Amino acid sequence: MIQRIGILILVAIAILVRSAVGGVLPEDRVDVLLHSFDGGGVTIQGPSVLVRKQFAQKFSVSGNYYVDKVQGASIDVITTASPYEEERKQWSLGLDYLHDRWMLNVGVIDSEEPDYSAKTFSFGVSQDLFGDLTTVSLGYSLGHNEVGRRGDPTFREPMDTQSYRLGLSQILTKNLLLGFSYETITDEGFLNNPYREVRYLDPSSPQGYSYEREVYPRTRTSDAASIRLRYYLPYRAAIYGEYRTYSDTWQIKGNTFEIGYTHPHGGWLFDGKVRFYDQPRGASFYSDLFPYANSQNFMARHKELSIFSSQDIRLEANYDILKGGWKFVDKGTVSIVYDHMLFNYDDFRDLRVTGLAPGTEPLYNFDANVFQVFVSFWF
Amino acid sequence: MRTLARRRPRTALGWRPLALAALMALSGCHVEPWVKPYERDHLADPVMSFDRNPVSSVYTDHVHEVREGSRGATGSAGGGCGCN
Repeated sequence: MIQRIGILILVAIAILVRSAVGGVLPEDRVDVLLHSFDGGGVTIQGPSVLVRKQFAQKFSVSGNYYVDKVQGASIDVITTASPYEEERKQWSLGLDYLHDRWMLNVGVIDSEEPDYSAKTFSFGVSQDLFGDLTTVSLGYSLGHNEVGRRGDPTFREPMDTQSYRLGLSQILTKNLLLGFSYETITDEGFLNNPYREVRYLDPSSPQGYSYEREVYPRTRTSDAASIRLRYYLPYRAAIYGEYRTYSDTWQIKGNTFEIGYTHPHGGWLFDGKVRFYDQPRGASFYSDLFPYANSQNFMARHKELSIFSSQDIRLEANYDILKGGWKFVDKGTVSIVYDHMLFNYDDFRDLRVTGLAPGTEPLYNFDANVFQVFVSFWF
Repeated sequence: MRTLARRRPRTALGWRPLALAALMALSGCHVEPWVKPYERDHLADPVMSFDRNPVSSVYTDHVHEVREGSRGATGSAGGGCGCN
């Protein structure tokens, strides 16, 4: 795999060293967003503020502050632990530098929660080619994480992650855009959840099963590739679609399909899309019910690693405000985004239903409502 | 005296991608844009943006990533976790 990454990078660098026209820095803007996720017994809310500003004509700096406030009890927590509240705060800072034919960017992200801290450094380069018809980008991220466990101050496990990204944006016709992304991510360290448990058959237990801690491998490498298309319709609207394929060394496979439509009307911009996610193969060490205690070296009962599918229907509306500008603000928008998500698990059973033989409980499913409300100003 | 031919080590993809890359890098060939700059007004319209609101797309990617086995190739550089 390393050889494959090396060849990809060499090919991309070779393309980049050819002469081409330089890029354009991102627009100056401020976004203030409130988000809310409610589903599966969990509520997650918080703000996100993103500011981006150009300076010295060649630089653009961006900063983001993001909070997740988690309350409630997911199905894992209901069956094996107590409800909890916790908060994750994340800061990020980025810098873009436009020089001649290159756009370079560096970034740092710091995420903190009581039992998990993560620091990520990223570097990227992109360039427009072939009369600005093509944009090629390369990226690399290095993350260091520290996993803790509530109630156990001595528990501290490291986890390191690296990401290699290759992107391509291509003008195909005067009405059609294509985007392609490829990303390899490698993890090494403590990869499982320090709280989650697996269940195994135990005739001595009144319910017929007992629990023990999950054990994951200490490495994971994944490959994902996506392709997206966007087409301009004759009456000023757009239709778009995306497909992503995923596989990893834990034997998980995933496919994502998305199709949507964007339609402006007066000062409004409406967007609607549907997204289908299918995970036809779960982790090789996943089981909803293990035959006995310590039956494998690696064991997981994390529903996200099982076989399942999900559907997401999205409705979005953006409305222009401050059309003539106000003081140093050129324009603004108010936006609301609503997602309704459905999750159906094929190999994860609902243990809230008791009195049945282990392994015959109904399969678990849940739905979620996700709201985003935000204002954006360009200046 | 008999000479032994040296066998080159085989690689999964061989030398061809590297040769192709080198050729692209060194050729300096000029590609005539088939969509001229003055024909790109539709493409510059906000309805054609892949990422119209980055603050929203980063959040959406995070919502999906923590609930799915898949990750990556979304176009945004994530960080942190909040996965456990």
